[in-house]
Amino acid sequence: MASSATVGDLVSQPYKYGFVTDIETEKIAKGLSEDVVRLISAKKNEPAFLLDFRLRSYRQWLQMEEPDWATLGHPPIDYQEIIYYAAPKQQEKKASLDEVDPKLLETFDKLGIPLSEQKRLSNVAVDAVFDSVSIATTYREKLAEHGVIFCSISEAVKDHPDLIEKYLGTVVPGNDNYFAALNSAVFSDGSFVFIPKGVECPMELSTYFRINSGDTGQFERTLIVAEEGASVSYLEGCTAPMFDTNQLHAAVVELVALDDASIKYSTVQNWYAGDENGKGGIYNFVTKRGQCRGDRSHISWTQVETGSAITWKYPSCVLQGADSVGEFYSVALTNNRQQADTGTKMIHVGPRTRSTIVSKGISAGHSSNSYRGLVQLGPKAVGARNYSQCDSMLIGDQAAANTYPYIRSQQPDARIEHEASTCRISADQLFYLQSRGIAFEEAVSMMVSGFCRDVFNQLPMEFAAEADKLLALKLEGSVG
Amino acid sequence: MIRPDAPVLLEIRDLTARVEDQPILKGVSLTIRAGEIHAVMGRNGSGKSTLSKVLAGHPAYTVTGGTVLYKGEDLLSLEPELRARAGLFLGFQYPVEIPGVSNLEFLRVATNARRAGKGEEELDTFAFEDLVRERLQVVQMDPAFLERSVNEGFSGGEKKRNEILQMALLEPLVAVLDETDSGLDIDALRIVAGGVNHLAGPDNATLLITHYQRLLDVITPDYVHVMAAGRILRTGGKELALELEERGYDWVDAELAATERTPAEVG
Ligand SMILES: Nc1ncnc2c1ncn2[C@@H]1O[C@H](COP(=O)(O)OP(=O)(O)O)[C@@H](O)[C@H]1O
Ligand SMILES: [Mg+2]
Repeated sequence: MASSATVGDLVSQPYKYGFVTDIETEKIAKGLSEDVVRLISAKKNEPAFLLDFRLRSYRQWLQMEEPDWATLGHPPIDYQEIIYYAAPKQQEKKASLDEVDPKLLETFDKLGIPLSEQKRLSNVAVDAVFDSVSIATTYREKLAEHGVIFCSISEAVKDHPDLIEKYLGTVVPGNDNYFAALNSAVFSDGSFVFIPKGVECPMELSTYFRINSGDTGQFERTLIVAEEGASVSYLEGCTAPMFDTNQLHAAVVELVALDDASIKYSTVQNWYAGDENGKGGIYNFVTKRGQCRGDRSHISWTQVETGSAITWKYPSCVLQGADSVGEFYSVALTNNRQQADTGTKMIHVGPRTRSTIVSKGISAGHSSNSYRGLVQLGPKAVGARNYSQCDSMLIGDQAAANTYPYIRSQQPDARIEHEASTCRISADQLFYLQSRGIAFEEAVSMMVSGFCRDVFNQLPMEFAAEADKLLALKLEGSVG
Repeated sequence: MIRPDAPVLLEIRDLTARVEDQPILKGVSLTIRAGEIHAVMGRNGSGKSTLSKVLAGHPAYTVTGGTVLYKGEDLLSLEPELRARAGLFLGFQYPVEIPGVSNLEFLRVATNARRAGKGEEELDTFAFEDLVRERLQVVQMDPAFLERSVNEGFSGGEKKRNEILQMALLEPLVAVLDETDSGLDIDALRIVAGGVNHLAGPDNATLLITHYQRLLDVITPDYVHVMAAGRILRTGGKELALELEERGYDWVDAELAATERTPAEVG
């Protein structure tokens, strides 16, 4: 019986971004050493301060150990088996898109991210990163008119070295954690955004990450700076081909918001998750942190995590400025053998700082989905407040959900509220909807979107519907 | 209303079904024509809800034999949602709660699915609001219930009213109402029964499942069937319900014991 199966079949829709683009790439030999770090830096003609940053991070990484506190299990990663730099063979980054290899344009077209002038998404500027390098950034001139800088981080190193030197590594230091140190040593590319004082960025900015090579690690680095009174909304998307080996993805994202600035950072993560038996898929170890450096500044993270074999990710806010606000809205969906350990850290430093956490975990198949969050109120965080809500939805009876909320408060009178709930999509609920004429997939999708509504409402409009569809797709065949 | 020439809407023949390995329905036959109201009565556990769920296509029940024709066509091969779109309605004995799904949105999607089944065009949100407000009156329900999640935190009576509201919106051809009266106080019972009477017409049919006479005081059935151990043991007019009320179910047990003492395989 097609639809009268169980809640277990609905999550196994084939991954439609699993194709590989056949394109000539320049790769360096696999393995990691100080020479490799120097080689990456040399390939990018980097200034001395950056090589220095890389080498320091590399040396610290050598002293560190891979963290093992998350509820994740995977075979040991052999860091000498990974290629740390791969780039499609096109000499220079092209001034005009017309000169970009058509195969690359076609790849992004297929992914639903048209880069060519005629087909661009209106009001969304896109930076497209393919394996280790950025291949195109749209709408640059239009943004430049407003003083907004949006380019790959490699270009920023060349064109705005002062800004990079001033901000890079100031939110996530080179020795922050094992994966951040690794990233700081070998990061290849990523996006740079700078919104000058008083400017409201005139369009959505978005970076689209595509892993193509099977044996290459992806280590992108993103830095967003919003000066006093500036604001920006930024979205990242990610996909990868299906390989039956695991690829390591260890990114670092740093956000800096000065007085009255606001940064909204949204992620729709759809890396390849591996097959139903857990073979293949991306290991996603990401460090994302925003610093509300200025008074009344505002940083908001919204994430929809649906892909990756393993997700280890805690987008955080350091609320330094007085009255600054941090937000974290998350939907994490796991299916089959996927494992996610994700959450946030809200570090309240300044007075009257506020934070909101809304986490929705959906676990289907044999997957495991953990929320891990820290709310910390320091000695000066007088009048600080936090509200957290962590809800889990289980689909079928083989999946696991865990919630680990940690609270460390040095403010005895602080208002910290935490709510948590767990629910299960039952066969009877689905049958009820079906018996009213609603098709099985739509019934699941209604229940899942109802569950995720508070988070989807935070996504930029253009992407909220996408997120809805993505979840429905991911769950197809998992219920029955 | 019995009209021998009215078209047959539902024809159940020798239906058998099981849950897991346990046979529950052991040969049910029942013919329902347009305009008729049927009541199925019987003790708890006799298989009444099972019959209703098999008709609606619940995946936990496996049909092991027999046929069901709906408007002359095979019902059992249709997915549950297609049965609903074709006009079969099940009012649940225990309607489930669906947190996070707005009742209004749910009712609109369901109504439009049924309209599509009738070849009618979809109602937009405004047109639907008008319709739902009108139909709310059938069950005297507060519009505030539209803003809540489906059945979430509804009392037993409110859930049953929400079922009848759905019936009023979906305009089924065959409505199977499973113990819609249970758990209702007398006022709620009147409202619900009033709704059912209001919706019953010459072109549709109603199958009421109950084990109390009191519902049948307000909705007059054309036929009463007594179910026991997965079979329809007897069929009669409305007086059969009164007889049951008077004599209780013990004679049913006696009759059942008698039928079981004459197994076909003997001899
Ligand atoms: N989903 C189910 N799982 C196991 N047993 C069931 C299930 N549904 C019904 N039964 C069993 O089938 C028999 C008939 O139940 P039911 O159809 O609910 O009777 P009624 O509605 O007449 O009270 C009972 O013995 C009941 O325990
Ligand atoms: Mg029952």
